Amino acid sequence: MRFGIAVFPGTWSDRDCAHAVSVLGHESVPLWHRDRDLQGVDCVILPGGFAYGDYLRTGAVARFAPLMESVQEFAAAGGLVWGICNGFQILCEAHLLPGALTRNASLEFRCQMTWMRVERTDSPFTRECGTGQVLAIPVSHGEGRYVADPETLERLEGERRVLLRYVAADGSPVGGVSVNGSMRDIAGIVSAQGNVLGMMPHPERACEPLLGSDDGLRMFRSVVAAVEHDSLFADAAPRREPVR
Amino acid sequence: MSDAPAVSAAQLAEVALTREEYELATSRLGRHPSAVELGIIGALWSEHCGYKTSKPLLRRLPVTGPRVLQGPGENAGAVDIGGGLACVFKVESHNHPSAIEPYQGAATGVGGILRDVFTMGARPVALLDSLRFGPFEESAQRHLLDGVVAGIGGYGNCIGVPTVGGEVYFDESYRFNCLVNAMCVGIIEQGRLTHATAAGPGNVVLLVGADTGRDGIHGATFASVELNESSAERRPAVQVGNPFLEKCLMEVCVALAGDPRIVAMQDLGAAGLTSATAELAHRGGCGIAIDIAHVSRRETGMTPYEVMLSESQERMLLVVRPEDVASVQAEFDRWDLQSDGIGRITDSGRFVVSDGPTVVCDLPLAMLIDEVPLRHPDQRRPAGLDRALAADPLTMAPPWSPGETLRRLLASPNIGSRRPIFRRYDHQVGDDTVILPGGDAALLRVRGTGGAIALCTDGNARYGELDPRRGAAIAVCEAARNVVAVGAAAIALTNCLNFGNPEKPEIFWQLGEAIEGMREACLALGIPVVSGNVSLYNDTAGVSIAPTTVIGMVGLLEDLERRCGAGFTGNGDVVLLVGPVGMDLGGSEYQRLAHGVNAGPRPTLDLDLEARVQAVVLEAIGSGWLRSCHDLAEGGLGVALAESCILGGRGVHVTAPFFSLGSPIVQSGLLFGESQSRFLVSAAPADVAALRAVAQSRDVEVRELGVTGGGRVVVDGVLALELKALQEAYDGALLAPATGT
Repeated sequence: MRFGIAVFPGTWSDRDCAHAVSVLGHESVPLWHRDRDLQGVDCVILPGGFAYGDYLRTGAVARFAPLMESVQEFAAAGGLVWGICNGFQILCEAHLLPGALTRNASLEFRCQMTWMRVERTDSPFTRECGTGQVLAIPVSHGEGRYVADPETLERLEGERRVLLRYVAADGSPVGGVSVNGSMRDIAGIVSAQGNVLGMMPHPERACEPLLGSDDGLRMFRSVVAAVEHDSLFADAAPRREPVR
Repeated sequence: MSDAPAVSAAQLAEVALTREEYELATSRLGRHPSAVELGIIGALWSEHCGYKTSKPLLRRLPVTGPRVLQGPGENAGAVDIGGGLACVFKVESHNHPSAIEPYQGAATGVGGILRDVFTMGARPVALLDSLRFGPFEESAQRHLLDGVVAGIGGYGNCIGVPTVGGEVYFDESYRFNCLVNAMCVGIIEQGRLTHATAAGPGNVVLLVGADTGRDGIHGATFASVELNESSAERRPAVQVGNPFLEKCLMEVCVALAGDPRIVAMQDLGAAGLTSATAELAHRGGCGIAIDIAHVSRRETGMTPYEVMLSESQERMLLVVRPEDVASVQAEFDRWDLQSDGIGRITDSGRFVVSDGPTVVCDLPLAMLIDEVPLRHPDQRRPAGLDRALAADPLTMAPPWSPGETLRRLLASPNIGSRRPIFRRYDHQVGDDTVILPGGDAALLRVRGTGGAIALCTDGNARYGELDPRRGAAIAVCEAARNVVAVGAAAIALTNCLNFGNPEKPEIFWQLGEAIEGMREACLALGIPVVSGNVSLYNDTAGVSIAPTTVIGMVGLLEDLERRCGAGFTGNGDVVLLVGPVGMDLGGSEYQRLAHGVNAGPRPTLDLDLEARVQAVVLEAIGSGWLRSCHDLAEGGLGVALAESCILGGRGVHVTAPFFSLGSPIVQSGLLFGESQSRFLVSAAPADVAALRAVAQSRDVEVRELGVTGGGRVVVDGVLALELKALQEAYDGALLAPATGT
């Protein structure tokens, strides 16, 4: 199994993602922002960082990178695309996922441990997680407050596309008062086909007990399992019209 | 070049030179320097670049040791951390800019120290920041704090280097001169260490990275004069940072480290192109000739003077053989970075700058760097020190009960939780931060070695205010204790000396004393000084800051499994004090809170005892006997007990009888005195005997205090408090008050 890890100028969690993949004993290759060749990878990770400095607006420039054209095609063909932090922001700007990530409700950057409930385990990103399991994964962002219009939020909920939701450490709801104030406490959502995930927390920082948690590894393991068993979806995920 | 006319006092003030220094330059040259040359001489002869006041004193510091790969003199120091790796690090101040424009001042301070480390080829793996402000209760000070923290985060978070530690203190003396000292630590294979030493006449000098603008002109000289009411007008002397550009620059430079095509690498910092080119050439015993017509500009109409003294950020110089220029430039092109061939290395020993066909500067390098006219100001021990030192803190009755005192200490902005600050910094990127901010020292895994480095900064200026020598020695010991507390041996340090105007005899006396104190402590603990920075002229309207010696310490832990945290980890563990019992209240945070004074003898410091205590604790952690270990610092034993409880989420019951025996002031002295050379540790009952035996063999006192567990902090006969209430006080210390001043 081979992960491709996008590298835009300003990306910094590419090395951490490669480390997480290596902890599992798998291979990763960097995908340079100017290249269009995805090198036959099984899953593309859009990692954290400040692509192109995030000047103008987070992810706003990165979506126009040549690499993103290939990522769009890859996603349309059902390939696994995993946006983490800045990667989530880029996916929203690229309209591969709905909604937007705005400034944290605190108006401050936040780097801290967060907890999130796995809302479904039939996704290629969470199939190695338990139902309702609470994952401890840190965040590190200034603009991670997920917002969308009411119709989009309803559609996301109705189609069970909220994959990760911030909760307290004991699993109890936080009722809108999450680390960044996201609507519906959304930490991560998937595309209509379920093959594109965007999440603000950094699973690649939760891959060793030494660093405080290895819950993130479950997500990497899930992707490996999904690819290696050649069945991305544990059940027939609803396949509807592409998002926008 | 024709002789320029003699200069006015205003022109000399602009470049921070005295009339005598100007005459010296003129006689050395046999002519008057041109305007461009005057600016260049002023910059390189400034305190900031030339250390003209501090150099003779700094020579007294120990700079060698078996692990030292690079001592002072390069962009940063480097030490051997095993596995063929070098740890490269330095601390530097950005005080004046931050006082004027806190966000950009702090941000570019971080950017500058990062370049110092990656210019040596090392990948930066950690940042730390040592901050000082006026009273937290004042909204203007919180505004500065907020801007500085946002600037540090804005730069560090964007570039993807974790900010893992540091400290912050609030004191009257910093009201008009906040301090922002940034430390960067990098790691590199020893064989790839890159130096800023030019070689090979004919080799090409490349200027890479950002375009050159008018920002930061005179930054170096600005940092070498006092601030005053019109300092806000110097805002153009503050640079503006672009962390994204620096991230790209860093990736290329780190990738090029050890590449045979790179002869030398030097970053542009204070005095911009002037000091970078001059130092690069001079270190290699070469000359240099550059043509500034080839420097990419971000503004039109810049004069040669402005180009040479611009402190535009995110720029580097490389020396490359002519045949390699194209291929090296291609590496920068890949990251969309500008690279300009601006000149050549020569064998003339001269510093020649032309603007197209016109030569605008032709000076001997030796004069610019070796012949910096040293200043030897008068020194005088300040009057009134003896009286202040003779005060007896034990005669001042405590205003509060011991329990209330502890609560107030934990709520003090100088002691309480730093989380409201460090949660605004990315402290985990890199996947190596094992001990996060909030402990005694940060611990970073070093891949491929099984070990880790421990990092901290420290520097209590309240001790130094009345006794700079003792204060600086304590700063070294305290920083060493911090890394020892996590299980690492202190192997080398960097320092930043923040002082007032050295032309005042009292200030120059403080500087000499502090360097002597640092020297004594370094020799006693066997810790070399491998890099450092001096920030003088921290004065406003004639008021100087308290002498502030900031120490950045690097410790080495060879086996990551043998580490220790500061929080209690289990119930029923025995709590012990390693080191002496003491009641040193002079200069303590207790004294500041309870009486609003700084008086009385400084904490006693026995350097030999300090070394023995540290050795005992290191051996105990290395042997796996300790379940927690916390250094005693501000707030003394009482605060250390509460912090170990808060960090461990469990209480403590102190049953040792001696606390309850004395009068209220003795109880306060025992609990809140800041006596040195002490650790609070906990151990499983079965391991206590082994700890005692090792301590005894080294003639170190160990006392059983009590036992961990429960939800309260109890000292029999003295205080009993709910842990939750203490936690609340601690957590709220740095949250802005609802109503400010």
